[in-house]
Parts: sequence; C-alpha cells; structure tokens
Amino acid sequence: MAIPAPALRAETAHRPSAFARFLDSDLFASFRRSKLAMAAFAATLLLFAVAVLAPWISAQNPYDPAQLDLINANLPPIWEAEGQAPFWLGTDDQGRDVLSAVFYGMRLSLVVGVLGVLVSSSIGITLGLIAGYAGGMVDTAIMRIADVQLTFPAILIALIVDGVAKAALGGHLDTDATLALIVVAIGLSFWVQYARTVRGSVMVEKNKDYVQAGRLIGLSAPVILVRHILPNVTGPVFVIATINLALAIITEATLSFLGTGLPETMPSLGTLIRTGNRFLFSGEWWIVAFPGLALAGLVLAINLLGDWLRDALNPKLQ
Amino acid sequence: MTDPVLSVRDLRVEFVTRRGVLTAIDGVSFDIARGEVLGVVGESGAGKSVTGAAVIGLIDPPGRIAGGEIRLGGERIDALPPERMRRVRGKRIGMIFQDPLTSLNPLYRVGRQIEETIRTHTDLSARAARQRAIDLLAEVGIPAPERRIDGFPHEFSGGMRQRVVIALALAAEPELIIADEPTTALDVSVQAQIIALLKRLGRDHGTAVMLITHDMGVIAEAADRVAVMYAGRIAEIGPVRAVVGEPLHPYAQGLMGAIPTLAHDADRLAQIPGAMPRLSAIPPGCAFNPRCPKVFARCRVDRPEPLAVGSHRVACHLYDASGKAAA
Amino acid sequence: MTASPAPAAPAAPEDYVRVENLRRLFDVSRPWLNRVIERQPRQILRAVDGVSFTVAKGETFAVVGESGSGKSTVARMVVGLLPPSGGEVAIAGVSMTDPRQEAARRALRRRIQMIFQDPYASMNPRWRVDRIIAEPIRAFGLIEGERAIRARVGELLTLVGLHPDDGAKYPHAFSGGQRQRLAIARALASEAEFLVADEPTSALDVSVQAQILNLMRDLQDRLGLTYLFISHNLAVVRHMASRIGVMYLGRLVEIGGGRELFSAPKHPYTRMLLDAVPDIGRSGRQRMPVQGEIPNPISPPSGCTFHPRCPFANARCRAEVPPLADGVACHAVHEGRLAPGLAAAG
Repeated sequence: MAIPAPALRAETAHRPSAFARFLDSDLFASFRRSKLAMAAFAATLLLFAVAVLAPWISAQNPYDPAQLDLINANLPPIWEAEGQAPFWLGTDDQGRDVLSAVFYGMRLSLVVGVLGVLVSSSIGITLGLIAGYAGGMVDTAIMRIADVQLTFPAILIALIVDGVAKAALGGHLDTDATLALIVVAIGLSFWVQYARTVRGSVMVEKNKDYVQAGRLIGLSAPVILVRHILPNVTGPVFVIATINLALAIITEATLSFLGTGLPETMPSLGTLIRTGNRFLFSGEWWIVAFPGLALAGLVLAINLLGDWLRDALNPKLQ
Repeated sequence: MTDPVLSVRDLRVEFVTRRGVLTAIDGVSFDIARGEVLGVVGESGAGKSVTGAAVIGLIDPPGRIAGGEIRLGGERIDALPPERMRRVRGKRIGMIFQDPLTSLNPLYRVGRQIEETIRTHTDLSARAARQRAIDLLAEVGIPAPERRIDGFPHEFSGGMRQRVVIALALAAEPELIIADEPTTALDVSVQAQIIALLKRLGRDHGTAVMLITHDMGVIAEAADRVAVMYAGRIAEIGPVRAVVGEPLHPYAQGLMGAIPTLAHDADRLAQIPGAMPRLSAIPPGCAFNPRCPKVFARCRVDRPEPLAVGSHRVACHLYDASGKAAA
Repeated sequence: MTASPAPAAPAAPEDYVRVENLRRLFDVSRPWLNRVIERQPRQILRAVDGVSFTVAKGETFAVVGESGSGKSTVARMVVGLLPPSGGEVAIAGVSMTDPRQEAARRALRRRIQMIFQDPYASMNPRWRVDRIIAEPIRAFGLIEGERAIRARVGELLTLVGLHPDDGAKYPHAFSGGQRQRLAIARALASEAEFLVADEPTSALDVSVQAQILNLMRDLQDRLGLTYLFISHNLAVVRHMASRIGVMYLGRLVEIGGGRELFSAPKHPYTRMLLDAVPDIGRSGRQRMPVQGEIPNPISPPSGCTFHPRCPFANARCRAEVPPLADGVACHAVHEGRLAPGLAAAG
C-alpha cells in the first residue's frame, strides 16, 4: 500500500498521568494567574477542613447537653475583660461555646449544601438530558414545568415542600428526617438551572457527528446519552454546582432562620443566627455575629471560586 | 517601475504564549503594485491570514509585530499609534472578509453604512455621498441600487451581501484592498461572479488587491501574481501562470499536483506526506524538509533564502547553484 | 495484515443500492403560537423531492450540488439517520423502510457506515482513539476478548496509514487529515461494505485532501467497498466517482457517467456549474457570466426550479416540472432545443 505510515504518526506518544495533564492544562494556568481564585480556593479548603475536623478541634460538642454548663453562660469573646479560655469567641445563654457551635454549624451547613447540590443536579441533569435529546412534547412538558417553577423564588418552593412534607408526615420528625427533608426541599428548588443548561448543551451535542456515528452502530438513546453526551456537557454543570452550593447553604440558613429548618438542639449556622438574634439587643452580640461572619465567609469564598471557574471555562470571555 | 502600493519587508510576527514565543510569520517580503492582484495562498497554519492582519494593523496581543517593516505608498505603517492606524485602515485600506455579516451592521441600512464611510473620509455633501453610494452599488452589480440602498443587510442574499461589502471597501477609494477568503462562504456559482468583480475593480480603480485564500482555483482565476506560503514563510512567489503551470518549490509542486482538476483525469493525486508543522514545532533549516521528496543534508540545517529563478522567487536550496554543488 | 472484506450480505443484486422517488419534507414553520398570532401559514421545505438512483456494488456514485440542494439530506436518509417522508431505499435487497424487514435490516446495519464532514466533531473528544474505534466492534459483538479487539484496532489503524500506538491518544492530538483517517478506521471497524461519505474532505487542506481521496480509492480497490460520495466540489467528484448525479433544489437534474457528464453536460445548470468553477487547470479561459443565485428553497420557482437562471427557459419550463429521462431533467434537451456540450450555454 502506498501510504508511508511512519511520516503520518501523530505527535510523539507519551502519556503523562492525569495529574500531570491537569497541571499542564489551561484551567490550571488560569488558576495560577488569578490571585483571587487562589485565595478563594484556600479559604474554601480551610472551611471544609474545619467542618470535617470539627469534632477534633472544638472545645466541646455543642449538641451534647451534658457538656454544657450554665456557669459559662453568656461569656464574651476572649479579648474582652470577662472572656475565658477555652471559649475564644464567647458562649451563649446555655453556656455553649460559640466557636464550637460555628464549627459544627458549618459542618451541617456544608452537608446540607453538598447533598442539596447532589439532589438538585441529579434531578436537573436527568431531566435536561431527556428534554434535550427527546425534544418535541417531552421537551415542552419538562421545560414548561421548569418555567412555572422559575416564577417562584427558590426559597418559597423550599418552604412549600418543607411545609407540605411536614404536614403529611405528622409534624414531629427526628433530626435525621428533618435533615433529609431540607435536602430534598433544596434539591427540588434548584434543579431548573441544571436542566436548562444541560438541555441547551445536549441540543448542541446531539447534532454532532460523533453522536450520529453512535446511532449508526445501533446504540440506544440512553447509552448515547450517558456514554457520549453526558461527559461532554459536564463543564457548565460544574460551574452551576459550585455557585449553587453557596445558594443551597444560604437557603438552608434561611429555612433554619425562619424556624422551619434544623432545630436548636442541632444548630446549623442559620439556626445559630436565629437564636443569636434574640441577644443582639441585650448586648451579647457575639452569639449572632460569629455565625453570621462564618456564613458570609463560606458563601463568599465558594461564590468567588464559582465565578472564576465560570470565566475560566468560558472561552468567549477570555 | 513605479513604486509599489504595499511593500512588506522581512515581516516577523510572534505570539507570546505561556509555553513560549511562537513565530507565526518569519521573514516575509513582498510588494503589490497599483492595479495588481497578489494572491496569497497556503494551507491552514501557513500564516496567510496573519500576514493580512499584520498589514491592516490588527495583530492583537498576545501577538506582536516583532520585526521588519510594512510600507503603504512609501510610508511606514507597522508602528503607527492605534488612533492613526485606524484612520489609515478606514481611508487607505479597504477590507473584505469571509463572512460579509461581520463587516455590515445588521441594524443600519446598507446605504447609510456606505455613506458614512464616504463622508468620514471625503468632504462630499450628504446628497453627493448618497449618489456616490448608489453609483458604487451599481458598480458592484447590485440591481436597482436606488431602491436596494435602503435595504438592511439581512434582506440581501449571500452573494449580494458580499457585493455590498466590496462597495463598502471601495467607498473611501483606498489604495489597497485586503480580501481574506472573500469567496469561501459562497456557492460555486456565486464565487465566480465575485472573483470577476474583484479583479475588474482592482484594475479599474488602480487599487492594489491582496487576495488571501486557500483555494488555488480562485487564485488561478483572479490573481496576477501569487505567493505560496508555508509555515509562516513564502516558499515561492511569481506570476500566477508561471507558479501554477511550472511551480519550482517542491511544496508548490506537491500542492499543484494534489489539487484535483476538471481539465484532465488523474488516476492518483500527488500527495505530500504528513501535515503542516505546528508553530511550536517548526523544523530547523527549511520548514518543509521533513515532507520534501527532494530533501538533502543542507535543507535540515540551513534556512533557504528567496532566490530569483526566472520570473519566480523561490526559497529552496535546489536552485542555489553554489549550494547544490556543495551538496 | 489482513482486513478481509466481510462476507457479502446475502444475494447482492446488481444494484447494491436502489433509491426510488425519495422525498423529505421539513416543517420550518414558526412555533404554533407565533403562527396563530402572526397569521402565518405553515412553511414546508421540500429538501429532497423525488430523487431516484442506483449504485452498483464496488462503484462510487457521487451526488454533487451547491448549498440547499438537498445532497446531505439524501446521504442521511440513505444511511438511515433520517427517516424519509416518502419513497424507498433498498440496500443489498433489503428495504430500509419496510417494517417487515426489520430483522434483515438489523443484520445489514453494520455493513453501512458514514464518514462525516467535520473531523473535529465526529469523534467523542473525551474518548481515547482505541476506544472510539473499538466501539462498533463491541456494539456488534464482532470479536471476543480484549486482546483480540486491541489487535484488530491496531490492524485498522495501520490500514488507514496510522500507527497502532496512536490508539492511546485522544482525538485532539491528531490533525484534521489524521482524524479523517480515524473516522474511516471506525467506519471499517464494523466491517462495513458501503460507505456514505458526506463532504469527507471539504474541511481539509488540499494536500491532505489528496491523501484522504487516495486512501479512499486504495481501500475501495482492496476491500471492494461501495461509496456514495457527497460533495460540492466538482473536481473532487470527477476524480472519485464513476457515475455522478447533479442536484439542484432537492431534485436530480442530471445523472450520468463521470466522463460524459464533464465532457458533454446536458442540463443547463450542469453547464453553468462547470463553467463557473475556479479551476487551476483552466485559468485564463473565457467564461460565460453566471447569472443569479440559488433561490430560497422554501418557496422554489414553479415548474423547473432552474428556469429563472436558465437562458433556455420558455413558458413550458415555468409551468411544468421536467421528468428525469435519458439522464437529464430538462425540457430544452428533451425537445431537442439544446444539444449536449460545454460551450453551448449562452
């Protein structure tokens, strides 16, 4: 055969590891250029670490009433005259260490946030894939539901889901069930954005020839969707997931602040802010201020990371 | 011989990337005379569009003109401040791109865009500018120009739109027109019309035309001279009939043999093995040496300079008498 | 290296591919609500309107046309990616539309593959090349065992002029021409005998185009492949095809052997195209000026759709659609007003 094989070889075959390829990628280069992204990433990592390590780095377990002592109630932070170690950021009216409560609260907030994102993205991605690939009536049905849902604020959806479920289940739920309920409520309020984005990407990808080539060898629609299309639409999903993590955390905090979220015996950041709110006028500002700061810092760090990721993955903005 | 309209000497364009400096254009020199159409042809990655962008002054960072000079009517334009370069671009250089919609504002009537250009660069009155716009549209072959002048770009077909763009490019009576793949987006039957138009207008107005395209057929029909580019350098430049009919550079020979033609049957097309090197991996010596069927030792180390051979100028050691003797 | 042509499908008749009166309509109307509010009628695009041709086993039949001619729609219907609105496609004696022949069709499926235009979109960018090429082998269960599949992938890569080690790379490591080689390797992986190539080289540079065209001809000789070749490039079509169909606005206006079509074109549109193409072999010749542009396919002209651009059109051409007879659909030729030949137009 008249084809000179050696001259036609693609560039030299060396296969760097996945990690080495990541370090060499444009994404990583963009990350290295952005000081803000690096700071946000460091802050997020630190807050995640605190959340994971909460049981080992806290002075007390704020959920364990046996560890609380009313003698230590309402102590101010350590730098004020009456401040006492080990209550660095003071205590509340129950004698609960504010710093420990923030650590544990952050842990809860992140658990709810991450699970909420997982639920909402699973729902959204699935519906988006189906709507985008099937088109026609199926697409119309799914997207009209999404449109209707978008006319309500997400928090309202979460409140409705929460309220309806509680009414249906009889009002008294244990903490795990409450947690699950909040995750589902958040999941149901945030799926629309994923579905819309994924549907848009699928409609682009499904007309590409690699999908047609898959059809030509008789692959079924679910196989094509999962094997070929899904891996190529994950970029934007990742961006939304990051930004939605912050939104989910805020939603949980809002629900807890409104009193329909996690109970005072198992306080998340939102619950802490709600209970601390009562002491604002009696001078014990630290009970609400530090959970508030922690929440603001967490959400800000994740949002900055999400913004950078969105810009870095969108070549049009560069 | 009169002075050329455009004169490019030793042009070098670099792109600074995080992996180092890439040289996209390396030592390119050519002239275009009044009323002459110079075809610049090459495959993707040859640097033909970058050459055009450099002449127009549209090399944006991370790219930069790193050496050489570009003269328009004898005046250096490669280092003008952006504001002055913009005026040169509007007045003295007209531009035609592949997609006519990039040159036309969809919200303005086509007449208004042409009149605006005329009035910015001449001191014609509004009424005279409108009449001139109608004349231009008629000249580029738009039927019923008095009526079509008030149409919006989307009301024109692809071929008609490209005619409007040509009228727009001519509006300021530029000395030079740069046409980058002007027919690539058009259907075959329309291409021929646009090529004929470009050629005629260049001659009638005494405008120099730099016609950038990958389509050797378009060059053969429209250009007076042709520069064949490879990996950011000019491999061969000369009168179009000579270069197409008897190419001297092995790359140009391979290229002409690879193009299927309607004129005769060929059982097999000539093929050049491999592909154009990436900018990051341009081989030393002659950039074509790894693909060249006539390569010898010197080609791998020594970069060939353009040599006059008959009416051509060829950058190839085969035609260097002293070099060949040494090899 | 063996890449044996697959045992032929049962009882291949003389005409391997038979396309009869193929039609495809597209509804390009605005959404229902807009139509009602703006009082617009439904808009139907007749992309393909009654196209018939046959392809013999081992030959290359080309469909050539400009944008909007419906050539790609024909390709997609023949290969089964798009259901026809009417008409019939039969390949190796199996109807591609008859629901009773579902089983036979499934068995034939892997014999028919496609090579797409854009080599950058035709491969999943997240898959390694060896997985991409092995996918048809796995999907049809052609070879058992990872080692055997790997060997076959290496063999296919060698067959298209690449190296077996190239399988470990991702598509982005390859140039456009190399990707088109990969696409051919994938098409051959399912032991295809009929390849539909939709503008396979129009995204490539000319020197690379020559490599791919030569490769396709070599493979045809070695494996006895049958090609349906879609292109807008007359010179490429002339180089590749033994028989050619010229499409204009959804209809075949001329069909014939390559040599006679190029030396003595019958239809005025074919003549105009041949005259218009910029071609290096024929520079400097006198050409007749081409008139007009392709009309909007949603509202095509009446009768013969070419009549507004045709110098030979008369009242009958404006009213009556000419049938395809003696290889040409033109009243002027049928009535003897116009003799075949290149320079006759004008």
